[in-house]
Amino acid sequence: MTQINSKIPQGPLADKWTNYKDHQKLVNPANKRRLDIIVVGTGLAGASAAASLAELGFNVLNFCIQDSPRRAHSIAAQGGINAAKNYQNDGDSVYRLFYDTIKGGDYRAREANVYRLAEVSNSIIDQCVAQGVPFAREYGGLLDNRSFGGAQVSRTFYARGQTGQQLLLGAYSALSRQIGLGKVKLYKRYEMVDVVKVDGKARGIIARNLITGKLERFSAHAVVVASGGYVNTFFLSTNAMGSNGSAAWQCYKKGAYFANPCYVQIHPTCIPVHGEFQSKLTLMSESLRNDGRIWVPKKKEDAEAIRAGKLKPTQLKEEDRDYYLERRYPAFGNLVPRDVASRAAKERCDAGFGVNNTGLAVYLDFAEAIGRLGKNVVEARYGNLFQMYEKIVDENPYETPMMIFPALHYAMGGLWVDYELQTSVPGLFAIGEANFSDHGANRLGASALMQGLADGYFVLPYTIQNYLADQIQVPRFSTDLPEFAKAEKDINDRTTRLMNIKGKCSVDSIHKELGHIMWEHVGMARDAEGLKEAIKLLKDLKKEFWTNVRIPGEAVDQNNELEKALRLADFIEIGELMAHDALDRKESCGGHFRTEYQTPEGEALRDDADFSYVSCWEYQGEDKDPVMLKEPLDYEFIVRQQRNYKN
Amino acid sequence: MDKDINITVKVWRQKGPKEKGRFETYKLDNVSQGSSFLEMLDILNEKLISEGKVPVAFDHDCREGICGMCSLYINGHPHGPDSAVTTCQLHMRKFKDGETITVEPWRSAGFPVIRDLMVDRYAYDKIIQAGGFVSVNTGGIPDANSTPIPKKNADLAMDAAACIGCGACAAACKNGSAMLFVSAKVSQLALLPQGKVEAARRAKAMIAKMDELGFGNCTNTRACEAECPKEVSISNIARLNREFISAKLQD
Amino acid sequence: MWLLNSSIGKKLIMSISGLFLILFLLFHLTMNVAAVFSEEAYNVICSFLGSNWYAVAGTGVLAAGFLIHIGYSILLTLENRKARGNDRYAVNARPKNVEWASQNMFVLGLIVVCFIVLHFSQFWYHMMFAELIGHHEVELGGQAIGTTDGAAFIKYYFSNIVVVILYLVWYVALWFHLTHGFWSALQTIGWNNTIWLNRWKIIANIFATVIALGFAFVTIFFYLKSLC
Repeated sequence: MTQINSKIPQGPLADKWTNYKDHQKLVNPANKRRLDIIVVGTGLAGASAAASLAELGFNVLNFCIQDSPRRAHSIAAQGGINAAKNYQNDGDSVYRLFYDTIKGGDYRAREANVYRLAEVSNSIIDQCVAQGVPFAREYGGLLDNRSFGGAQVSRTFYARGQTGQQLLLGAYSALSRQIGLGKVKLYKRYEMVDVVKVDGKARGIIARNLITGKLERFSAHAVVVASGGYVNTFFLSTNAMGSNGSAAWQCYKKGAYFANPCYVQIHPTCIPVHGEFQSKLTLMSESLRNDGRIWVPKKKEDAEAIRAGKLKPTQLKEEDRDYYLERRYPAFGNLVPRDVASRAAKERCDAGFGVNNTGLAVYLDFAEAIGRLGKNVVEARYGNLFQMYEKIVDENPYETPMMIFPALHYAMGGLWVDYELQTSVPGLFAIGEANFSDHGANRLGASALMQGLADGYFVLPYTIQNYLADQIQVPRFSTDLPEFAKAEKDINDRTTRLMNIKGKCSVDSIHKELGHIMWEHVGMARDAEGLKEAIKLLKDLKKEFWTNVRIPGEAVDQNNELEKALRLADFIEIGELMAHDALDRKESCGGHFRTEYQTPEGEALRDDADFSYVSCWEYQGEDKDPVMLKEPLDYEFIVRQQRNYKN
Repeated sequence: MDKDINITVKVWRQKGPKEKGRFETYKLDNVSQGSSFLEMLDILNEKLISEGKVPVAFDHDCREGICGMCSLYINGHPHGPDSAVTTCQLHMRKFKDGETITVEPWRSAGFPVIRDLMVDRYAYDKIIQAGGFVSVNTGGIPDANSTPIPKKNADLAMDAAACIGCGACAAACKNGSAMLFVSAKVSQLALLPQGKVEAARRAKAMIAKMDELGFGNCTNTRACEAECPKEVSISNIARLNREFISAKLQD
Repeated sequence: MWLLNSSIGKKLIMSISGLFLILFLLFHLTMNVAAVFSEEAYNVICSFLGSNWYAVAGTGVLAAGFLIHIGYSILLTLENRKARGNDRYAVNARPKNVEWASQNMFVLGLIVVCFIVLHFSQFWYHMMFAELIGHHEVELGGQAIGTTDGAAFIKYYFSNIVVVILYLVWYVALWFHLTHGFWSALQTIGWNNTIWLNRWKIIANIFATVIALGFAFVTIFFYLKSLC
């Protein structure tokens, strides 16, 4: 059986990254000019990596599906970015950030990776400030912090409710500078549709020009995939409409392992589903839980009256409200990690205490905060979020509590990578949300931005050189090689097949059906029976898709429906893999909750003896079951515990 | 309360940049006022697909008002009649039963139409590439708190930095001017000590690129500010003018 | 040369020449108001501004200011139309906070210029210009009048109700042009921010009103006087 080598450096935890950097191979400046790197994606990870690699002297080819690199969905992150600066003197440290992240991930991440992440977190803040990111400041001119879920210190840096936007624009400006200097060649409105391997190494990609519909070939010495996560498998999620898992999925099909696909995060504070026509869900930042209190009615009859529109939440007396997070988790209260908060909301709604006309919502109440701090302070902190809520829901959250419900948000799982962020295909790297590495089974708030930028600015630009140092003798590849021709032909065949189905169902209608199956059986609470049912339903859905989808327009032309269909074909397969992985993991941990495995109080019950591993799925071919390899997770430095946010 | 409404949508259809475009009129019944404008277009496209027609091409992505990808000139307003929102945040409750809604692409020489309602806004990226950055490489940066920045300046910089690069300013401007966009970036960086160092160079380079790309001359009509989904103020344009004129006078 | 090549440079030329013309308007108004109080005083100014070299030089500078302002307005308007693209919007709506004047400055300016032509043909052509070509008297309504007797010109023209109404229309156009032009010029120079924006707009409105009402007052004053 194949051994998984995660290439973790030797030595004490705190020295591993330094040791690695001290001994890794580097590429000299003259040789850097002769090496090309493809970076797919322009989000936090992609843009920061493309810019940093170009600054070092490599030639970078950067691809994005949108009309501009600045549109990548990192831009929508609201709350903030963590770093172990300890500016607040509240006891933070690299170790504590590392520990909180490992614990938050329910002990399913690699110690060495997470420690490195915590270690470079401080440099990210320095870098962003130097780029002109307007972080929030105190009157004294120094940086302000706020607290986030899963931590007892205030270590989150923020720029109003638009931190992701500001960080992405910082990376985008660095990228733009390199485009202007000619070191990065940008391909906008291009979608990677396959990765090309030559002699076992990743040597290029095939990309579809989304304006002309033509396929184009690109070769390079290494390929970096920074294409984000795959939670749009659920159709409704907080991800952008264009966010997709296809680039990562093509890597999987070319031999890269896909790790922990069942770990997806369900964010507790989103605006509830409104109707059948709904196209996406809008996140309300986790930072709202700093001052907002979450509750449902204590009595069922009150909940029913509210659902029927006969009772207003503001009419309910204090003693008739159940602040269930504060009740269940006194130590962390409303600031428990996301997976815990989401499940608690679902538990209350399932028990019949949900509000909204659907019964699928809980209250997030700012009345107490407004009383304590005044409306002005609340407005200064969350004004833009309140405005956004009012525009969507048509209710004023200053006067009546917000309604929220959990929604799909983030994929902790993704392409398996070693310590160097290299996948199991040599020369193919994965960074940001596209890889699986640092968040274990659950990601803490404000950690995604940290990881994306850590990978792009401070990790990949080092580790990729360890690979490229051996490639300096390799001349540039011709895209006329048979490997490129075959890859292009395969995609053409696939596209032709899709266009020729001429069935009855639109792409979206099948995608919605996929979403229903996933939410019902592979969502917040899973069990063996449901997962088996899901696998069966997905098989049928796949057949339905490949026999009954209708794609108007031409294949070689701008064709949004064809783009969506190509992505949906992959989403269905990703859904299948998620169900397989969830079925295999007979424990509950982080975002993966199996109802068969819970404590008497309804908390996730981990099984460290049997499931302390990364599940690495290896593609075996069309219509063959994938094979799972295990990367054991050995905890050398910290002792695993039952996660406890109660006291 | 939101109810269902019947509407008529007049949509600009144009096969390619060089082809002649025209309006097509579609009727839609029972559209929930709780749906967003883009969800209404989704419904329209589903209808077109089921009729075997080619759906309307329009740009959109995040659908929460931050990526800047959605555009659309709706009933004479970029991003529609609501204030301080992008098209994706515009909801159908802003429209009445029986209303005819006219949907056009951004029209500006700087933003050529690609197809239907999609336009090419790469000109904005080119302006940023000309100078909308602080020239720092990754690494080797002093501690983030080593330079205190007055809160007021940081807040003003953030106000300017809220720009999402959607192009509504140039689309709204009768002169097709991109000044609000350019001024937002120049202001953000000129207000911060990190960006101040190359402020003069930046202002000159970005204005030169903006002019070269064929954007018009600002005549201070304030349409940009009124239609900006992020309410970026024209006081930034005054700052840009200051920065540019003083940079040129120093030469 | 950045003033001529860059968009902000060209705008700056519009702005400075506009402010210069605003100063001239202020001077012209002062002069007119003098006529209300003392026709002799007015005539002294008129003779002072006759064919003397400094007055001619001043007129030349003023003319240059006008020509630059007008020339650049044509240039910028043409450039801006091109920047707008070939396809026009089918539906146009003026957003709140956008003044009508700000979007019609060229048309307003054109109206102002047309009246300037009328005004010149009535006054300047018979006064400074006549003097320059060697006349000292011109015929006005069947009478011979001295080229420096400005008060006589005023009284003659402003006794005609049609002329008075035309002039009042002119002042209205001027008022609109000034309400936007004044603060817009300062914005272009860069002397503006969120606080001063509203202040400048109020000052611009007051200024434009003073100018327009001042001219209107003189015009109506002499019309009423002619009725007595």
